[in-house]
Amino acid sequence: MSAPILVLENVNKHFGGIHAVTDVSMGLHEGEIVALIGPNGAGKTTLVNVITGVHSASGGCIRFLGVDVTNQRPFQAARRGLARTFQIVQPFPRMTVLENVAAGALFGGAHANLRDAMAAAREQLEFTGLTGFADRAASALTLAGRKRLELAKSLAMKPKILMLDEVNAGLNSSEIDGALTLIRRIAERGITILIIEHLMKVVLSLAHRVLVLHHGQLIAEGDPSKIVSDPKVIEAYLGEKFARRLKEASSHG
Amino acid sequence: MTQRLRYIIFAAWVMVLASTPLWAENYTVRLAIIVAMYTALSQSWNFIGGFTGYPSFSTAAFFGLGCYAGALTQNAGLPVILAWVFATLFVGLFAALLGGIILRLRGHYFAIGSFGIVEVVRLVISSWGDLTGGGDGLNVALVTGSPNVVAQTFLAVMIAIMLIVFAVTVVVDRSRLGFGLRCIQQNEDAADMVGVNTTRYKVYAYTMSAMFCGTVGAAYASWTGYIDPSDSFSIIMTVKVPVMCLLGGVGTVFGPVVGAAAFLLLEEFFWTRFLEYNRAILGAVIVILIFFLPGGLLGIRYRELFARARARLSQPGAAT
Repeated sequence: MSAPILVLENVNKHFGGIHAVTDVSMGLHEGEIVALIGPNGAGKTTLVNVITGVHSASGGCIRFLGVDVTNQRPFQAARRGLARTFQIVQPFPRMTVLENVAAGALFGGAHANLRDAMAAAREQLEFTGLTGFADRAASALTLAGRKRLELAKSLAMKPKILMLDEVNAGLNSSEIDGALTLIRRIAERGITILIIEHLMKVVLSLAHRVLVLHHGQLIAEGDPSKIVSDPKVIEAYLGEKFARRLKEASSHG
Repeated sequence: MTQRLRYIIFAAWVMVLASTPLWAENYTVRLAIIVAMYTALSQSWNFIGGFTGYPSFSTAAFFGLGCYAGALTQNAGLPVILAWVFATLFVGLFAALLGGIILRLRGHYFAIGSFGIVEVVRLVISSWGDLTGGGDGLNVALVTGSPNVVAQTFLAVMIAIMLIVFAVTVVVDRSRLGFGLRCIQQNEDAADMVGVNTTRYKVYAYTMSAMFCGTVGAAYASWTGYIDPSDSFSIIMTVKVPVMCLLGGVGTVFGPVVGAAAFLLLEEFFWTRFLEYNRAILGAVIVILIFFLPGGLLGIRYRELFARARARLSQPGAAT
């Protein structure tokens, strides 16, 4: 496999005495879908926040496409092609859906003017199936719609890596199926995806590789079928019963 | 109301203000100067308070600094126009340097911090007696001519400043900068995440909100011929200007114009009729207007209002 486009070396983040992320080293390769799993409070979102510059790293080094991007500012991450969605959606509530996406295209996607940005935004609305809502206020969308809006906004930024923080949380099962299809189609465009996810169904069906975080440390890494039988992961996150069920399901399927 | 109609009404309003010397006495001309002046201040505030959503109370600091920067350079021998330009640039630079620090604060904290600046600058100016004359104030070389000529000159000057700020507002409103500022206003974290350089944009907005206050201050100093710290750094002004903007419609192109005009005409109305209670009445009117019209006077859907009124009138039995 080629050299990874994003590399983390011994990244640390502590808030006072609390070590949220401890010595995490990992790499993301172009075009792969990697799932980041772990119990609540394991430091998954903090890790994404450190990568995108929301928090500064307490130690370690982050390199993106060979450039040291440790402690970059969030807007720099966005312009470099590191887009992310938020666990709690963050729209511009009183703008229209189209304007929300255009904001991503204009500032993150480096379009020269507003008209180009609007055109690019329309493409992303088409891609995410939001065209019919283009002129509605973002605050008028349903939760599933707002999660799609987050995706469209991130895609408009022409990202190389897209970090999805629980995009499926709070959705019903048909909405999840829709989101899965969408994520696959995003990956087909060659965008590398790091997905934080609690639903193992999603993890197993999407991920090429799984990273497991526990108490801020990376405790396991590998392909999904190996991860579900890893005793450390079972103890820390999945639990005996659930792991057995997952293994049965995957052997039947 | 269509955008074109708004521009036409605005042009008509400018004509009304500009033509006051032709059809009214000096008192009204003076009022027109004040209207143009406060419109310019209110439009300036709109950059930071309206587009960006940062509740700034530093207007009087910028205005006062402009008064002194203009007056001192003018007294030092700089031609009047150059003194005004100097005041504009000086206040703009002051705000740009200050903005990098104070714009780290958000919400109430920013409001209090920006308010503190007025007091700090006022204290510095009034304590620095050698330069500023301290509490005794400062005389500024008067523009020569009859009272009528002076009034007409400064009416033209204030209207020109107002039009310049208006033009800048229109440009910002349609530009990348304006779009970015709106993003910050609605959700600053999300703006940062889509690639808006929020710090830089906020400093731009704060600087724009300051520099034209500096111009207005310098022109005001030349107009009145005398300035002192309590007049130049008035707390009333620092509160009035945001209220005007809120009254008209915050974050819109025409809001500050409508708000400043409505506020000053209301003030004039209550002042002449209720000499003792005018402030109290005006205060109550403002609270009621802002409470019931969060979008300002421009936020009212007049067409719906008329339609509803007509429906009621046509079937009086149905209205209960």
